[in-house]
Amino acid sequence: MIRLSIPLRQALSKLTFPVMLTLSLGVVLVGRADQAFDAHLRAGFDDLTAPVYALAAPPVLALVNSTGAVGHLVALASENAQLRAENARLAQWQAVALALEAQNNALKAALNYMPANAPAAVTGEVVADTGGIYSRSVLVLVPTPGNNAPSLIGAVAMDGRGVAGRVIEQGTRAARVLLITDINSRIPVALGPGGAPALMAGTNGDDPTLLYWSPGNPPNEGDVVLTSAQGGAFPPGLPVGVVHYNAQNNPVVLPFADLPALRLLRLFTYPQTLPELTPIPHVAPTARHVPTAPQAHHRRH
Amino acid sequence: MARLSASARRPLSLWRRLDLAARWLFPSVTLLAGLLALGLPFGLPGQASLRPALAVGCVFFWSIYRPASLPAALTGVIGLVLDLLDYTPPGLWAVLLLCLQWLTIALRHQLVGMKFRLIWAVFAGFALGAMTLAWAGQSLLCATLLPIWPSALAAGAAIALYPALAAGLIRAHRGAAAVELA
Repeated sequence: MIRLSIPLRQALSKLTFPVMLTLSLGVVLVGRADQAFDAHLRAGFDDLTAPVYALAAPPVLALVNSTGAVGHLVALASENAQLRAENARLAQWQAVALALEAQNNALKAALNYMPANAPAAVTGEVVADTGGIYSRSVLVLVPTPGNNAPSLIGAVAMDGRGVAGRVIEQGTRAARVLLITDINSRIPVALGPGGAPALMAGTNGDDPTLLYWSPGNPPNEGDVVLTSAQGGAFPPGLPVGVVHYNAQNNPVVLPFADLPALRLLRLFTYPQTLPELTPIPHVAPTARHVPTAPQAHHRRH
Repeated sequence: MARLSASARRPLSLWRRLDLAARWLFPSVTLLAGLLALGLPFGLPGQASLRPALAVGCVFFWSIYRPASLPAALTGVIGLVLDLLDYTPPGLWAVLLLCLQWLTIALRHQLVGMKFRLIWAVFAGFALGAMTLAWAGQSLLCATLLPIWPSALAAGAAIALYPALAAGLIRAHRGAAAVELA
């Protein structure tokens, strides 16, 4: 242990406060001036905490969902009966689905329909809800990317039911997904059977609001909200939610995705044929991909 | 006082040093662990607003009763961790927590002798001030006027939960965090 004289120690302890305050103010300024520093700091921190959360989350989830070993055994018999009934029902639906698929294929063949490129998907467990009071984001564990793996930044995150958000940050172990309820989230959507365009904006509340719908054609209660390809941020036709008028008579979207209790997210990386018009780039800022001419003019101007 | 001088005279064996270090680190380590634990998917309503509430409450408490156990350097690190967890601009909460600590230490001689209700009232004022500054700072750094209700909710959570937090921390102050008992 280093022995210091008492006056020197007192002087040092008086100095730490102004030094720390200056350092913190410096971090604020650097973070504001250099977004890459900010992103680097956060990605590094997320990589550090992700394994801790991955270890700590399963017991918590088991407690919260009361699906611990004991609870499971008690519910086993009734669950089995329920599953058998459900299985019988699903077998009927499977027949219906097969018939519909055949019909769909026949109709597509008649139309000369060109299917879109299938997106690459990564499935990850949601380990932490690390948003603050002004942000709604979750941390998803992802496999360590290989050398040629496409960047996940800009990937669309979906749970089993609908769009949950977009990847805004990727480290080596974890990716951060900005949820559609975040105040920074703006998503072009298509409403109802006509596909009327509007913008869905997060408010940090539970339900995002709708902006900029065409004045003569307000959104109808119960209309299904799908993503729209306008602006190039999202592929068209992904399910988002339904239109609902809240107590203030403003149209909001009730998301399909179970946003307060996300457990698993699939991150879809769509082929990079979309023009870069969005604030979240489709590629990591460090290795910016310069689109070739035909790709850049993929949409008619 | 007699016990204190007796313990100070005992030789500093390795175990006693470890004990001293553990007791000295108790406030910062428990606060960091609490901040990280609030990121787990408990599904509590308003869970995100509990994190700044916990940080403000703990920094206020330890600055009154055990300022030596929470030096400014650790407070700054805790603030930065809170910024990274909460997705606020990095350094913002570090500055706010350091200011809160400085103000509390400046007033601690008056605060120590007060009744709990008065301390709570002072804390309410500090928590409101800190959350308002956090809102103003974030609005300024993002160059948009953010809604104030999440900050108001966080301030409300901090004030409402302070008695429970203080009840837990006072036990730690007399037991696990008491450096002089090592």
